[in-house]
Amino acid sequence: MSHLFGHDQPLSVQGGGQRPSSFVGSFDPRVRVVAAGLFSVMVVSLHQIEFALAAFFAAVATMFMTDLPLRLTLKRMAAMDGFIIVMLVMLPFTTPGTAMFTVLGAEASKEGLQHAVLIGIRANAVVLMMLSLLAGLTPVGLGHTLYRLRCPAALVHLMMFTVRYISVLHDEYHRLRMAMKLRGFKARNSIHTYRSLGYLFGMLLVRSLERAERVLEAMKCRGFSGHFPMIDHLVFRQRDALFGVGFLMLVSVFVILDRFYVVAY
Amino acid sequence: MHIVDGALAPEVLIGGGVLAVAGLGLGLRKLPIDKIPATGVLSATFFVASLIHVPVGPSSVHLIMSGLAGLVLGWTAFPALFVGLLLQAIFFGFGGLTVLGVNTVNIAFPAVIAGFMFRGLVSRSNPTFAAIWGGCAGALSIALTTLFVAISLGLSGEGFVPAAKLVFFAHIPIMAVEGLVSAAAVYLIMKVKPALLMADARISRYDAQSPAILAEQVNEANNG
Repeated sequence: MSHLFGHDQPLSVQGGGQRPSSFVGSFDPRVRVVAAGLFSVMVVSLHQIEFALAAFFAAVATMFMTDLPLRLTLKRMAAMDGFIIVMLVMLPFTTPGTAMFTVLGAEASKEGLQHAVLIGIRANAVVLMMLSLLAGLTPVGLGHTLYRLRCPAALVHLMMFTVRYISVLHDEYHRLRMAMKLRGFKARNSIHTYRSLGYLFGMLLVRSLERAERVLEAMKCRGFSGHFPMIDHLVFRQRDALFGVGFLMLVSVFVILDRFYVVAY
Repeated sequence: MHIVDGALAPEVLIGGGVLAVAGLGLGLRKLPIDKIPATGVLSATFFVASLIHVPVGPSSVHLIMSGLAGLVLGWTAFPALFVGLLLQAIFFGFGGLTVLGVNTVNIAFPAVIAGFMFRGLVSRSNPTFAAIWGGCAGALSIALTTLFVAISLGLSGEGFVPAAKLVFFAHIPIMAVEGLVSAAAVYLIMKVKPALLMADARISRYDAQSPAILAEQVNEANNG
């Protein structure tokens, strides 16, 4: 998955983007990052399944306004759902409440089922909206955006370095792994496997630190003083403000309706 | 290990967020400008660890190596692991934005604890014993992480308690595997480049790199 962080990634912050960006992607990334944060906080605070479902459909609608490949997005969502499926399946049986049905002697409660469904919808809504709003934003672009949003410079620099070296070190890992494969290594359930992978990771750490030392020396050579100039052309236009206000209104409507309008069952 | 958005109670989310900000602040204060490149590269290494899959029984898990991160980085493991989690949350959709604080605390805090508990022991021992202590650090950090995950789930609702227990017991083989892999990694590092695990020695190496070390570096195989 490290290809996402590949160094041959087009830096949309540099050339203004080679490909025409989608409708959502055309807004200022700062607005999009803040909107994604707001949306997650809003969704997490929803109590009713109907409104959580509506938020999920809002996320789906946003996804269709981006150029995200549908299959890949669904795959990512499925991966995320894999994390929670066990918990969601267990929840109806472990929450006390009115019994609905029994499986193998275990009683499932209505409250537990509702809670599980609510969590599932909320989790999917947040992830889908985040992937959609931040679609087309490269990791480097994200760093610049966070810097402009007044995140601590040290943290942003740390993130930029991490982003830069993930793909390099993943390549290094593949090289080491290839060398092991040539010597007949096969991952099994054995102490030998765990030891070999430990050596592999230890070697990766050693090499990465040596690389870091070289990088630091090269940077000092070029007069690094702890600050990177951030090359970007972020402009906050009227339509960005409109997008922000519109999104804020949408979020507030959701929260207010969720609190005051009770859907009758 | 990632908790997703929407599962935890708001109080837990806020508490996790506050703790994460405090930890980040402390970690960043211990991060001089000189060490940002090295920390970034190491942070990328620990990100790559999460892309390495290890077979466990019929399935496979990815490495976390947070114990080793704590040993190598100390407090700066906090921002380093946070960056990895942020990138995973935003670009892979693992976990989410509101639980980022809780997830960071659950993974980075055990790393820091394990690092401080075993750092001195590892740097003072010969490679074999260092490997044993390193393995303990690796297993302990995963154990603490699952415990923290279980606690954050348990605090969010009674219904989660059985799931939290299940999470804990399901991770016991993973603790063992992490411990073994960390032990092997520490053994290799102690043989090849013990400076990596001697935190104090490393700082002085940056300040005054002797010509001998530079000559040694020139002779080392150039790997990029």
